[in-house]
Amino acid sequence: MKDTVRSGVLAQRRRRGPGKLQLRLNVNGETYEVMVEPRRTLLDVLRDDLGLTGAKKVCDRGQCGACTVLLQGVPVYSCLKLAIECEGKPVETVEGLMSNGRLHPLQQAFIDHDAFQCGFCTPGILMSLKALFDRNDSPTEDEVRQAVEGNLCRCGAYSKVLQAALSVARANEQE
Amino acid sequence: MPKIVRTRVEFEGEVRERMAVVVEDQVLPWSAREKLDIVGRPHPRVGGRQIVTGGATYTADVQIPGMLHCKIRRSPLPHAEVLSIDTAEAQTLFGVRGVLTHANAPRIRWFGNSFLFDRFVRFEGDEVAAVAADSEEIAEDALDLIHVRYRELPFVVDPEQAMKPDAPRVHKEGNVIGGPEGDVYERGNLEEGFARSNHVFSERYETQAAVHNCLEPHCCVAMWNGDELVLWTSTQHAYGVRDGVAAALGLPLHKVRVICEFMGAGFGSKQGAGKHEVIAALLAKMTERPVRLYPSRREENLAGGVRHPTIQYLRAGVRRDGKLMALHLRSIANVGAYGTDSSEVGGPVRELYDCANVRTEQFAVYTNAGPAAAFRAPGYVEGMFALESMMDQIAYSLSMDPLQLRLVNYARKDPVRGATYSSKPLDEAYRTGAKMAGWNLRAKAQQMGARRRGLGMASQIWGGGGGPPAYAIIRLNSDGTADLVTGTQDIGTGTKTVLVQIAAEELGLKAEDIRITVGDTLAGPYAPVSAGSMTVPSMGPAVRAAAKSAREELLSLASALMQVSAASLSIRNGIITSTTPSKTVAVSDVTRRIGDFMIVGKGARGPNPPNVKVRTFGAQFAEVEVDVETGDVTVTRVVAVHDFGRIINPLTSGSQIEGGIVQGIGFALMEERFVDPESGTSLNANLEAYKIPTILDIPIIEHALIDRPDESCNSIGSKGAGEPPIIPTAAAIANAVYDAAGVRVRSLPITREKILVEIGKLKLQPKPAGEAPGPAQKRRRPRRG
Ligand code: FES
Ligand code: FES
Repeated sequence: MKDTVRSGVLAQRRRRGPGKLQLRLNVNGETYEVMVEPRRTLLDVLRDDLGLTGAKKVCDRGQCGACTVLLQGVPVYSCLKLAIECEGKPVETVEGLMSNGRLHPLQQAFIDHDAFQCGFCTPGILMSLKALFDRNDSPTEDEVRQAVEGNLCRCGAYSKVLQAALSVARANEQE
Repeated sequence: MPKIVRTRVEFEGEVRERMAVVVEDQVLPWSAREKLDIVGRPHPRVGGRQIVTGGATYTADVQIPGMLHCKIRRSPLPHAEVLSIDTAEAQTLFGVRGVLTHANAPRIRWFGNSFLFDRFVRFEGDEVAAVAADSEEIAEDALDLIHVRYRELPFVVDPEQAMKPDAPRVHKEGNVIGGPEGDVYERGNLEEGFARSNHVFSERYETQAAVHNCLEPHCCVAMWNGDELVLWTSTQHAYGVRDGVAAALGLPLHKVRVICEFMGAGFGSKQGAGKHEVIAALLAKMTERPVRLYPSRREENLAGGVRHPTIQYLRAGVRRDGKLMALHLRSIANVGAYGTDSSEVGGPVRELYDCANVRTEQFAVYTNAGPAAAFRAPGYVEGMFALESMMDQIAYSLSMDPLQLRLVNYARKDPVRGATYSSKPLDEAYRTGAKMAGWNLRAKAQQMGARRRGLGMASQIWGGGGGPPAYAIIRLNSDGTADLVTGTQDIGTGTKTVLVQIAAEELGLKAEDIRITVGDTLAGPYAPVSAGSMTVPSMGPAVRAAAKSAREELLSLASALMQVSAASLSIRNGIITSTTPSKTVAVSDVTRRIGDFMIVGKGARGPNPPNVKVRTFGAQFAEVEVDVETGDVTVTRVVAVHDFGRIINPLTSGSQIEGGIVQGIGFALMEERFVDPESGTSLNANLEAYKIPTILDIPIIEHALIDRPDESCNSIGSKGAGEPPIIPTAAAIANAVYDAAGVRVRSLPITREKILVEIGKLKLQPKPAGEAPGPAQKRRRPRRG
């Protein structure tokens, strides 16, 4: 089985597309410089080029929400954004949720309420909720459901996601 | 001393006898009265912090320097002979490092008589070639440049068609697995039973192909260290993958190491070695680079497995008083092109009710559809839908309370073998559930305009007793912390958490002072597949035994140091206490004194008790609203009461119940893979057209646990919780739909279309070929992007 490729076809190697471009991204407050093909999605750049693997690739076509990150504070499916579209725009991922070594209240509530099982959907759901809570720190149950409706959880942790989010909302209300 | 015994192992409804080397369980079961500190209390998930911070490393996240990306070229046809594959153009593409086809891959047998890359493709999605390249994009480009010539062959996707003698053959041996008689079980005298019945009911039920759609696909990373293979893979059975991949590649077992740290769920679809792991390993060898294989969602839907679609013909004979006299089930399960026949559709009919005359005939049939795979309680979910729909129908036609009918036919002993149950609190589950759901207060079909409200119920029976072999090791460190090392895997169910709780309880340490290793065949001893609801009842006792052995060693050392007898010592919270004379010493003081001399406790799961049947039981009550104008069904509330023996962690077992119900709602109302009979290809292989429940579809879920240790089943008194919760959901919903709207839909999923047809508001037009009858659901399209 040894090798179909190395046997001397290098000379005629073809390339599709324009090749890699240099790009500057601002992720979780840090600036990164990467060389990527223009067709590369923000999700793939985050995961494969920057090693920020919190956002997950599940459908790669805007149908599940596992790749949700915030772009200029707005939740987006990062599999539907090309990285080159995001140059100069702040990106927030789940890796940036903690501050000063402390969990974000949503993160803590997810742990306390067991709001995940396998956890593969969790980074996406947390970012959808982060965007909601940034706008409105004590949302109603309906608002929470709407914020998370684009995030699929196959393990079915939804009721506990709801409970976790509402517990944070209630705590904020009391402050 | 270990000894050789014969033991009965029950797995997903099938019972097998096995020779086993077992260590007699030296651990007495915790009694129901014993006060436990950590077991039985809610404990946050071990690893939870990594999950919520994005720091958990799933197989999907493994990145090795120099890693290549593999993509698979799959058949676009349901059945064909591959005449030629031309890879020359693909190989000239910049960044392509290796191409694998039947021409250069070793001839590795797969699925009986076919091969890893076979000359015949048998479903849309069958593997034809694979490419490894510098990036996923390049690998995908290369797939386009592979030119394959096929000779199309006749195909069949309908299982009843496939059973006909002149049907196209999916495999040479014929389409009906095990021959034309099927798998037959019989007790009593069926004809006599029907003759003595006052009423006979006969119905046809259908259940659909539901795709597991685990969010993490069947992905892996393969890397060679010299002649040793390291394989990261998303699996429910690290040891099973080790053995399967080693066999496929002709490697001795010690040359394969399988790792699965965090896992994005399996639901039954990831139980052993798959082609993808072997392909990644071969490409890694060929290119001398690590190779990652990450299937797309479309591939996952085409080839990742589905719940066996079934057709069931069920006949029931009952006496006037509701007593079941005869049950006859003929079931046909579509296993697709390569699925296994492991689906025990007849299980509920055989063992749920006390009925003397029973016959089940199970057929498993190959077709040219994507392969079936075990899916959370395989067979029982499908079989329970038919049986419990039928019971409901019988009750209504006898004007009996459906719950009363179940009690009339309550089985005190296992009807299959006559064995006593280790415990059977099903009657209690009925009572508690009925009370919580307001069963006795329910009014006949409440109306609110076009919306009708109804309540339905269904029962659950399933295995979940676990058994040997399963092992664990505990090592005490010099600072008094401990490493619990296992070969099991946490597929998202909470295994790590529960095992740490058990170890901490037995050892008397704080849970946070114990670190658990899972999913590494190099580190931990053998552990069984995380399926069949057997992880906790198999691994739990092994962990407890290991902890007990470590504790005893620790206490004998402590007794020497403290100069008191070991019998007067106990450990709690990391403190060793002697009663007479009263003294205390910290565990860390003892371990520090012995320094790097390590206490190592080993534990094995003991044998199952002879002659008793271990089963889990439960009941669910569903409340729905049906709009009789539109056919829309909304599940408003589900009440679930289940018995898993002792509950180790109410937090994680509650999550199992909720998750099972959510998947059950999807199965009842919206999920269905469509394979077009005209083209043999899949019409909804994505997460847009294939509907799974979203947060908008979730009703109020209330559950209660019959938290009572089953002291005869094993040393922790627990049974499995993974599969039971999904078993009764669809049946309970279907019965609630009847209660609400007076129509019985006997084919899942219960779509608006089917309801309107039953109500008589809609006449079915023959569907134009190629059009997917999309299940009507209210899920909105995701808005952002
Ligand atoms: S991976 Fe982006 S929405 Fe599914
Ligand atoms: S926790 Fe598994 S997908 Fe949500």
